[in-house]
Amino acid sequence: MNAIDNKWIGKRTIRPDGADKVTGRAGYSADHSMPGMIWGRVLRSPHPHAVIRGIDTSKAEALPGVKAVVTAKDIVDFPLDKSVMLGIQDMRWMCRNIMAREKALFHGHPVAAVAAISEEVAEAACKLIEVDYEVLPHVIEIEDAIKPDAPILHDFVRHEGKPSNIATTMVNKLGDVDAGFAQADLIIERSFKTRPVHQGYIEPHACTVSHAADGKVTIWSSSQGQFMVRAMTSLLTGIPQSNIRAIPAEIGGGFGAKTIIYLEPVAVMLAKKSGRPVKMVMSRDEVFRATGPTSGSMSTVKIGVKKDGSIVAAQGTFYLQAGGLPGSPLRGPVGCSFSPYNIENVLSVGYDVVSNRSKVAAYRAPGAPLGAYATECVLDEIAEKLGMDKLELRLKNTAKPGGKTVYGATFGQITFKETVEAIKNHPHYTAPLDKNPSKGVVRGRGVASGFWFNAGGESSAQVNLTEDGNVTVTTGHPDVGGSRASIANVTAELLGIDHSRISVLIGDTSSIGFSNLTGGSRVTFASAMVVTQSTEKVIGQLKERAAKIWKIDPEAVIWDNGEARPAGPNAGQFPPLTLKELAAKANEMGGPIGAGVQLNTTGADPGFATHCVDVEVDVDLGIVRVLRYTAAQDVGRALHPSYVEGQIQGGVVQGIGWALSEEYLYNAKGQLDNASFLDYRMPVCSDVPMIEPIMLEIPNPKHPQGVRGVGEAPIVPPLAAIANAIHDALGKRFYSLPMSPPKVLEVIDAR
Amino acid sequence: MAKLHVTTTINGEPTEFLCDPSQSMLDVLRNTLGLTGSKEGCGTGDCGACSITLDGRLTCSCLVLAAEVGGHEINTIEGMAQGDELHPLQQKFLEMAALQCGICTPGVLMAARALLEKNPDPTETEVRFWLAGNLCRCTGYDKIVRAVLETAAEMRSAA
Repeated sequence: MNAIDNKWIGKRTIRPDGADKVTGRAGYSADHSMPGMIWGRVLRSPHPHAVIRGIDTSKAEALPGVKAVVTAKDIVDFPLDKSVMLGIQDMRWMCRNIMAREKALFHGHPVAAVAAISEEVAEAACKLIEVDYEVLPHVIEIEDAIKPDAPILHDFVRHEGKPSNIATTMVNKLGDVDAGFAQADLIIERSFKTRPVHQGYIEPHACTVSHAADGKVTIWSSSQGQFMVRAMTSLLTGIPQSNIRAIPAEIGGGFGAKTIIYLEPVAVMLAKKSGRPVKMVMSRDEVFRATGPTSGSMSTVKIGVKKDGSIVAAQGTFYLQAGGLPGSPLRGPVGCSFSPYNIENVLSVGYDVVSNRSKVAAYRAPGAPLGAYATECVLDEIAEKLGMDKLELRLKNTAKPGGKTVYGATFGQITFKETVEAIKNHPHYTAPLDKNPSKGVVRGRGVASGFWFNAGGESSAQVNLTEDGNVTVTTGHPDVGGSRASIANVTAELLGIDHSRISVLIGDTSSIGFSNLTGGSRVTFASAMVVTQSTEKVIGQLKERAAKIWKIDPEAVIWDNGEARPAGPNAGQFPPLTLKELAAKANEMGGPIGAGVQLNTTGADPGFATHCVDVEVDVDLGIVRVLRYTAAQDVGRALHPSYVEGQIQGGVVQGIGWALSEEYLYNAKGQLDNASFLDYRMPVCSDVPMIEPIMLEIPNPKHPQGVRGVGEAPIVPPLAAIANAIHDALGKRFYSLPMSPPKVLEVIDAR
Repeated sequence: MAKLHVTTTINGEPTEFLCDPSQSMLDVLRNTLGLTGSKEGCGTGDCGACSITLDGRLTCSCLVLAAEVGGHEINTIEGMAQGDELHPLQQKFLEMAALQCGICTPGVLMAARALLEKNPDPTETEVRFWLAGNLCRCTGYDKIVRAVLETAAEMRSAA
């Protein structure tokens, strides 16, 4: 599609859900209520590791106002010896994550839940539940969990034949690394640590659930996929999917973490037992203690190069914290770390390590930032040692079309080089930087790149004409950051009608076909594809109706700028028929006009990003401030540029938080000490500068509009870019995140 | 404990409600009065999603006891637009895409309006520090700050 001719695609239109969101009318998860509704609360383990010998709920049940109590007995058990998968989630772990079964595995692990006439009564009833715990020694950090004498979380986990906390190992291999390193003129090997960080969405998990007398269940909740909510609730409660309707509320941020659920199955069982609708809302404290975060990590990356900078071998070892149950995003660091580069010999190994923390959940490009942090810092050191420009080193080694990746894919079109060149040619990279602007202040500049797989997958859409000649478009994925705006632009463009005549809605599980999660940077890619195909079918119907009215062949009708016209003089002389006119005649000419498409979409090629950042370090206080940030990314086609920029800017700032200030702090008792927004320090408005996005629009040839996923790649480079900038400022390298004031001072003082 | 009877003004309308002595204003707004535009992100005054004005002063409604608001004037996000006419900040936020998920947006708008009433010509730094009590995890703040500065400029030229 030629960008110059576009009337709506690429325009900064007002989002369809905008007015509701600026006036407080939009209905998020906790905003729904029902007549007769009662409140659910969760009792959580005070111990990081304990056998649950028994639970006595009788006193709680006897408390006036209590309507139901639920424990693991009420949730479907998935025995440990047989994996049952829903997407990438293993139900053996999910059933134990939403309600502790044999053991409490982290401080805050749910052990029971109560529904009562008020939150206060439910809370009081939780305190009356008597849990007989056998407290066990706990382990929090990776290095401790992999020691031979570490407390073992699960008897069923074996590593190299022995009981272990290493739940799984992932190995990706290409060529022969030993032979590769033997050719190297320079080898750099470094180890890095990162801390678990929370996705930090502002909307806590919440749901309202009704279980009617006929067994029909309705769930109002926000998630990254109403079909996931339905399927997982069905698996964990035993209620068939056909009896569950999951209605997607507006979602107040997810960033991957709302691709699983915590409350819905519990609320359904409370509603079933009590016969009353049940509402559950997590506190922020519960969100921090018991949901997310993403894995902390311990990595070693070794890269060998020739004198001219060509990389001959790379090896990565990545230990990731899974939390109390297996499931670290190993694929992220193992598959992404070296993929931007053309390296013949690669060995990339990941270990999934359980310890007594909350089970990790997906976070924006899951695991990839950890790997890029290590790899891109090592590359920075290599460039320094070789005396080579940092971007030149990357340009020399960029992956090529037809190149094979360590994770098995073969690259088609590849657009990494363009992101590096965009930064290299940007005035930011060449601007002079006063490295010592005042006493006690030093400045530095850093660069780093990143890679994310992107995804296609199942999506459904339905495009219907209204009787008055306007259009409704329904898709099946929650809109986390403006996807409805993009869909409105696409539909208006294809139909040739004004943007304001199109309504874009998110259907519930009973009103639209199956659609996979909003995740993997897939939604704009996949939904634009199914909406395009649905709209093309509608245009086909419109042409047929016009042909019928004109009594000519449908092939002789074209659709142009919102009207049916005869294809040429030979087709006949008829005045054009507008969409409105055809809609008005629809019923007499054959019935309602509308079409849907359900598809497993493919062709979502990977995304690449290269970032440049200037930082300032206060050497007395250890404070690092980001002064300037430029982020280049191949975005394919920006259907709505503002929301593409927003993805880049938001991802970068999450990366800044990960690099500089965010971390989980556990005390010696295995309890999280900073479960609040005050103590878990996410970037606030005054912490960051404007973030300049460079959108490189190189159309993805496998998509009707050229779309490429954009949401995740932006969080991959910032960790290393900032570490490299701090090195440029201080002349010291950092091997551990976050680079918070105490850690920065430690490194400065060590001089 | 017996409920307390409170008479107050919310978005210009005389309002009465009953509350427990321990209930926050946010809880009453959301769960008693059905004004769910103010959001609970933390309940500890750290995220700003529940921002309201109390006698014109910006505050987190989760930190105000509902029993204390008798005789005072409260404004919430629901009172920001005049009928169908959006406040210039609301309109600019839409035009400049200063929201993604939108959960922080009511609080950010309330805070930004309070800023512009106090300081119609803020610098970027002043906007950033004034909004430092409103967490946003989606936007990286860039478009929010630009929208506030742009609205301020337009409101000044219209005045």
